Amino acid sequence: MPKHHISLVVNGKKVEADVEPRMLLVHFIRDVLGLTGTHVGCDTTNCGACTVILDGKAVKSCSLFAVQADGKELLTIEGLAKDGQLHPIQQAFWEKHGLQCGYCTPGMIMTSYWFLRKNPNPTEEEIRNAISGNLCRCTGYVKIVEAIQYAAKLMQSKELKK
Amino acid sequence: MYPAPFEYFAPKSLDEAISLLEKYKEEAKVIAGGQSLTILMKLRLARPKYLIDLNKIPGLEYIIESNEGIKIGAMTRMNDIAENELIRKTYPIIHDAAINIADPLVRNMGTIGGNLCHGDPGNDMPSVMIALNAVYTVKGTRGERKIKAEDFYIDTFQTALEPDEILTEVFVAKPEPKNGSAYEKIKRRVGDFAVAAVGASISVDENLRIKKIGIALTSLGPKVLKVDTSGLIGSVANEDTFEKVGELSYKTAQPSSDIRGPAEYKRDMAKALTIRALRLSLNRILGK
Ligand SMILES: Cc1cc2nc3c(=O)[nH]c(=O)nc-3n(C[C@H](O)[C@H](O)[C@H](O)COP(=O)(O)OP(=O)(O)OC[C@H]3O[C@@H](n4cnc5c(N)ncnc54)[C@H](O)[C@@H]3O)c2cc1C
Ligand code: FES
Ligand code: FES
Repeated sequence: MPKHHISLVVNGKKVEADVEPRMLLVHFIRDVLGLTGTHVGCDTTNCGACTVILDGKAVKSCSLFAVQADGKELLTIEGLAKDGQLHPIQQAFWEKHGLQCGYCTPGMIMTSYWFLRKNPNPTEEEIRNAISGNLCRCTGYVKIVEAIQYAAKLMQSKELKK
Repeated sequence: MYPAPFEYFAPKSLDEAISLLEKYKEEAKVIAGGQSLTILMKLRLARPKYLIDLNKIPGLEYIIESNEGIKIGAMTRMNDIAENELIRKTYPIIHDAAINIADPLVRNMGTIGGNLCHGDPGNDMPSVMIALNAVYTVKGTRGERKIKAEDFYIDTFQTALEPDEILTEVFVAKPEPKNGSAYEKIKRRVGDFAVAAVGASISVDENLRIKKIGIALTSLGPKVLKVDTSGLIGSVANEDTFEKVGELSYKTAQPSSDIRGPAEYKRDMAKALTIRALRLSLNRILGK
């Protein structure tokens, strides 16, 4: 099969590659770019471990082909921390113990990143709805929800200081 | 895990996409949000040789209101439909269904066109569109044609689309002044397909007599099913009438037993959900 030349921006840097059309975006991210923070937890688009931000929207990167990301801007968990400083959502997950094994965490954080931009001051119910496409097999979600609530606060106070 | 190899095309216009379909016919598939097709390809349940991506074609993502009604472009994402205020107010059944489809991440990609064309009897939007008497616009090598939602679904994964045709738009006429609609769905857990679901839309006169009524069933047969409710035009919209419509849904349903539940239970749910959807529709008319 002819390969396709793709060019996209990943975590702020331009990336070019030749890919087979059947290569999934998540495999491109992990195996070609070596960004292994994006996980794979299922074959059926259920778990959300592979969540990334594509052109501003949270999507499941196991359910898109890498060719489809041509010309787009991609943000993965590796792109969140700036100058050695954790992103407020990462900080919040750490401080509030929003994880146990950590497998679901990158997906949870990327979904939160998208969601908190749309809804900076969410209710608990809105948070639970927002992460309904991200499965966690360890925590029971209570600490994750607390972490996202705390992240919303951190992000708002950061906005105020600006 | 990789799908079987395929050739990929990202046409920039509808005409280009249609001519690719004409060239490759049954060996080709269009891909919209990919939230059904890509998964089937990963599982190798679908192995198209040629994949034609609709995502680079401009002008297929829109929600436009006019005096006649509302037009939704085939590539409009489910979340944009779920968040649309006009839809929530005027066509609440569409909103009810949209917020209950999959999860927010899947809805960021999944399109209305894909949901309508997939032909899975578990897809939610086909029932909604049948209940609302919607009309689809499809385009192919022989030009454009309109298909009523109720005529579109032939069997499981089989629709009225010819191999060279693409759905471009769905149109729903403006509801009558006293119209209410609702979608009731039961699922085993958040984000799952329906165990059973029912879409309802009713229009009534000042005396609450039914002028128009549309009922359709999701996950209750080999395809989405329209319930024949023509005998109830003129009846007063009340619990007795709703009970009768519920009975009709019970008789129309052809559920099978599967992991989501036994057929008998689903059949009971066809009735219960019909009554609930009608009750909610009426309450919406009455502003309750
Ligand atoms: C975890 C999960 C849960 C889900 N839960 C639900 C649910 O509860 N209810 C529900 O309804 N759906 C559910 N879905 C399916 C989801 O809504 C899909 O997005 C939808 O069925 C297909 O839309 P798509 O745009 O992704 O289409 P695609 O996957 O791209 O395409 C689906 C099919 O339609 C065809 N097609 C697409 N667009 C067109 C067009 N414009 N013209 C002609 N043919 C076209 C394709 O060739 C393909 O055969 C779920 C999916 C997942 C992954
Ligand atoms: S890997 Fe499970 S949703 Fe993508
Ligand atoms: S922390 Fe282990 S899956 Fe969520």
